[in-house]
Amino acid sequence: MSRHPAPAGAAPGRTARAAGLVGCRVCGLASPRDLATCPRCGAHLASRAPRSLQRVWALWLVGLMCYVPANLLPMLITDSVGQHYASTIVGGAVEIAAHDLPVALIILLASVAIPIAKFIAIAFLALSIRRRGRVPPAARVHLYEFVEFIGRWSMIDVFVVAILTALVHMGFFASIAPGPAAAFFAFSVIFTMLSAQAMDPRLIWDSAEPDAKHG
Amino acid sequence: MQGMSSSDLPPASGPARAEAAPAVELIACPVCDLLQRQADPPVNGRVSCARCGEVLMTNRRGALERTLVASISSVILMVAAIVFPFLELSVAGLSSSASVLEVALAFRGTIVAALSIATLLLIVVIPLIRAAALTYTLLPLILGRRPAPRAERAFRLARELKPWAMAEVFVVGVAVALVKIAGMASISLGPAFWALAGVVVLVISEGASLCEWTVWREIERARKAPPAGTRRVAA
Repeated sequence: MSRHPAPAGAAPGRTARAAGLVGCRVCGLASPRDLATCPRCGAHLASRAPRSLQRVWALWLVGLMCYVPANLLPMLITDSVGQHYASTIVGGAVEIAAHDLPVALIILLASVAIPIAKFIAIAFLALSIRRRGRVPPAARVHLYEFVEFIGRWSMIDVFVVAILTALVHMGFFASIAPGPAAAFFAFSVIFTMLSAQAMDPRLIWDSAEPDAKHG
Repeated sequence: MQGMSSSDLPPASGPARAEAAPAVELIACPVCDLLQRQADPPVNGRVSCARCGEVLMTNRRGALERTLVASISSVILMVAAIVFPFLELSVAGLSSSASVLEVALAFRGTIVAALSIATLLLIVVIPLIRAAALTYTLLPLILGRRPAPRAERAFRLARELKPWAMAEVFVVGVAVALVKIAGMASISLGPAFWALAGVVVLVISEGASLCEWTVWREIERARKAPPAGTRRVAA
């Protein structure tokens, strides 16, 4: 991998905002501040996403409110030879653990560990923009990018329920139906993904600047 | 971490650049907002933000062509996945089967019926739209033609839909579901399963090679270029 020559004595750079410009997050082009849309790609331009934190918290809260019933209500309802059986997300994973531990761990990771970690991570990032903390911005941005990357994988369990519902319909012998938790869980994943997307990572770097203006 | 050089305004990276683009083009890091001068990434190299190290642009040889081929192939494979048998379950002489569409619409008529719209979108519709939008944007660029009408809108759409195209998450879900019922029945995988597995490989390879900002520059260049027979400058 070749390198660009670094100039001797590089002065600290300016942000696009400090230079009176606005950077397009879609295509990168820096444009004069008074443009509403990017002349290169047509995306809506905003120096910082407007009301970013309010939207992050609102979507975060909806996601959290969906996550509680997602764990309390049944995810999967099995009817097998006259027996009716409903299991929650955690209950289902525990059952699998009896005969296949790695898959049980995948489900626990995707359905329990990742969602909870995401709620904590997004809250931490949003709070860190308001209050100056000790965590450097580069580390916080890494966390942000990880949250954005990992979010969609939580949908695994919803898809598992869909596959089982479509596949296992053998009348009296065995049939599987989704429980209400499937919808709550899916909406929880969707709203936390939207919450993470609403965060403008440039705010994270702003918060680390000496004369940080928040918002 | 290699960076685009930084100064008050970072200088261009090579002497050849000045005559190619007389006007100084400025870009801003999407993560930290640092203003920097546009530089072309070296072949198989990249340009990173001088402050936060975010990779701004890459230049994999043939990245656009590879992405186009992946997009066209994934449309074909998605259609195959919809048409061919997907999964079949058999136990004690009984059998039941499900196609991809039946799985995507599995929640119809259950208490979570509204969810069937979401699963249909995430598994089938959005991956298809995304692959079509990428094909629509990249094909004229690679052929050296003018960009298609509203190519910008199409490429923005492909970017916005990226997190919501969940074919690869779905395939992992299939694997988990198979393990869940492996004890009580025997399952056979139809051609649709392998078609979907192919889509996953293509999606992952596309993500690794495509540089969005390069595509935006190519679209802009092609719009401004004189119409007749001009070819894209080889990367």
